[in-house]
Amino acid sequence: MATGTLVDVVMPQMGVSVSEGTITRWAKAVGETIEADETIVEISTDKVDTEVPSPASGVVRELYAGEGDTVPVNTRIAVIETGGEGGGGEAPAEAPPAAPEAAAPAPAEPAAEAAPETQPAPAAPAEGNGNGHNGDGRTFVSPVVARMVAEHGLDVSAIPGTGRGGRVTKKDVQQFIDAGGTAAPAQAPEVHDVPHFAPPPEAPAPAPPAAPAAPAVEVAALGQAGPGEELYRFNTIRKVIARHMRHSLETAAQVTTVIEVDMTGVVNLRKKWKPEYQSRYGVNLTYVPFVARATIDAIGRWPWVNAEVHGESALIKKYVNLGMAVAVDDAKGLMVPVIQHAEEKNLVGLSRSVIELADKARTKTLSPDEMSGGTFTITNPGVFGALIGTPIIPEGQVAILDVEAIVKRPVVVTDAHGNDAIAIRHMMFLCLSYDHRLVDGAYAAQFMAQVKQNLESWDENAFGL
Amino acid sequence: MATKTYLQAISDALREEMRRDSRVFLIGEDIGVYGGAFKVTQGFLQEFGEDRVIDSPLSETAIVGSCTGAALMGMRPVCEMQFSDFVSCAFDQLVTVAAKQHYRVGTPVPMVVRLPSGGGFSGGPFHSQNPEGYFAHCPGLKIACPATPADAKGLLTQAIRDPNPVLYFEHKHLYRRIKGEVPDGEHVVEFGKARVHREGTDLTVVTYGAMVYTAEEAADAVSKDGTSVEIVDLRTVTPWDRQAVLDSVAKTSKVIVLHEDTHTSGFGAEIAATIAEEAFEQLDAPVVRVTAPDAPIPFSPPLEKAFLPQVADVVAAIEKLSAY
Repeated sequence: MATGTLVDVVMPQMGVSVSEGTITRWAKAVGETIEADETIVEISTDKVDTEVPSPASGVVRELYAGEGDTVPVNTRIAVIETGGEGGGGEAPAEAPPAAPEAAAPAPAEPAAEAAPETQPAPAAPAEGNGNGHNGDGRTFVSPVVARMVAEHGLDVSAIPGTGRGGRVTKKDVQQFIDAGGTAAPAQAPEVHDVPHFAPPPEAPAPAPPAAPAAPAVEVAALGQAGPGEELYRFNTIRKVIARHMRHSLETAAQVTTVIEVDMTGVVNLRKKWKPEYQSRYGVNLTYVPFVARATIDAIGRWPWVNAEVHGESALIKKYVNLGMAVAVDDAKGLMVPVIQHAEEKNLVGLSRSVIELADKARTKTLSPDEMSGGTFTITNPGVFGALIGTPIIPEGQVAILDVEAIVKRPVVVTDAHGNDAIAIRHMMFLCLSYDHRLVDGAYAAQFMAQVKQNLESWDENAFGL
Repeated sequence: MATKTYLQAISDALREEMRRDSRVFLIGEDIGVYGGAFKVTQGFLQEFGEDRVIDSPLSETAIVGSCTGAALMGMRPVCEMQFSDFVSCAFDQLVTVAAKQHYRVGTPVPMVVRLPSGGGFSGGPFHSQNPEGYFAHCPGLKIACPATPADAKGLLTQAIRDPNPVLYFEHKHLYRRIKGEVPDGEHVVEFGKARVHREGTDLTVVTYGAMVYTAEEAADAVSKDGTSVEIVDLRTVTPWDRQAVLDSVAKTSKVIVLHEDTHTSGFGAEIAATIAEEAFEQLDAPVVRVTAPDAPIPFSPPLEKAFLPQVADVVAAIEKLSAY
């Protein structure tokens, strides 16, 4: 078949200061014939909305941008093949490629979707002929650049390109990193503690996450460590923690409520049961399973603290996948293994799970399943003596419970006859950080009061429960 | 350590191995009385006698065939093709007999075929070729392509001691043009270990043989513009040092593969394919081959110059890749 000449259609420059235009509507589809000066596309720019006439007569061979796409001026947006007899009777043998995704803006990622491990690199444009002379080299990302931006969590479009046609080269990426270039704002939570969440069909489409204000001058280039200083470059865990903490604070309306619990009963029970737990079940009984069990039971009555918020709707969970924050790497790292369906476990089962998962976290042998799906998280800085804390809520959850140190304090106790006395009791603060978008103070306080009551009235006969 | 020409280094290696090991003998056309077409074996007949420096009939098949037989009988023959182009006459003896003997029977075949190769002096289509690509495709043969006098000695010594048939390509254009320090006495260079001829950070040229110097001149030229070129000299084509190449690719992310052999199915294709397979995520640009075109080598000096990769060709490729 005789092939005609290919004529490019480019985004016209509609005024000196106009640098880009948006495709409003394609008047022709691929395979349709068109006459010179007939409208091929309608565009919209900062200055003017207009129709673009075809530069030649022929057949539309390819459209490189979709309706709604915004592209720089002089970008090739279509190709017309001239010289054919119009192509009327001759269906294009091969299906012409759809407009390549390269020019299409990445759709906003619904936060709840399965989280991509990394920012996907923009796909290379399908290049019709020649090798990359499409005048818009920025759309091509070389393999090494794709790998580097993925490893560093960068947004390639934020990096100045010096390669052919403005392509971002390896050196550009390296310079960007060396100059303290910052990671792209996380579009979606990245790793373990993202719950599996299938929105019910009737749920409104989750609104795209509000783009966090760009961390404009967040990081000055650190350069080299001086005398008495040590330059620490974030490892992977640190980067993930940093991103999650930041994003959580930017998303949730976080507030903390503190309640004081008299743990004397639990302390005594633990002392009493500990040897038998060791001999009968082979587990070391700690306080955490007590708190976990009391919390899970309280969640049964106050389930809104066990939920997930998306825009203006929330998913209330009837099950409790309990996240356990575990310090790793000499307390320079943090992992959150998850006890799946913790509501089905008694004190023995919880004890065993806590020990096993903490061990796996410290030895970095947790499987992805063991780190995902958390619905509520407990953290335990109390083992180090901490008294009060305001933890940050894990993304995808609405509350986190901080278990503080148990210390002996003189407190006023009232006996059954209403007589007050000062006694030495084992006291502990529990701090709950929660997302005020969903949970109000009265609700949180009543949930906490329930936890307190569960702990203070532990059934002495409920060994193992 | 003394400064020697590439040719003297080859001659030294032969002489020292013949003195060291009485099993080593030479056979080839006009290598005895005449001292070889390029005088590599001048004086050898006088020192080692007719039994160890044998003038053969004009039959490459007979030369290589007798070497294979002698190797099987425990000798260490080194034969000379007067020009590497003539090795095609012995193709069957090499690829069918010598290369497969160990696989079929298990016996070693310690023999060396010396192949004066390469162009650059109007030798025309029969006296200028670089036929290493044919043999790189054949399992069972080893291939050395030294670029420096020190490597010429060290690789030839290793070739003679190697239990396999080795094709030793000595580039004629380097014979008397290139001088360098060569270790006195025993000097062995291991096969399969590339040499970084020049360190650089922006771009890698992978090459071997005489093209090392073409690459070097090109690297000098572009260094004035601040482009830092790394040159990896493979030294041996079979086996070849994949790791050294991949390491350099990881460093620079841009690669030119340069050889004097023709383009299609030249050994550069193997290098480029390996980089694509094993270092894809390191690449910041397409792998570029700079080679001779797919044509016989012309006799006419201007045409030969147009045919063989020149410094300007390499500079152009470097500039293109740098701007990518």
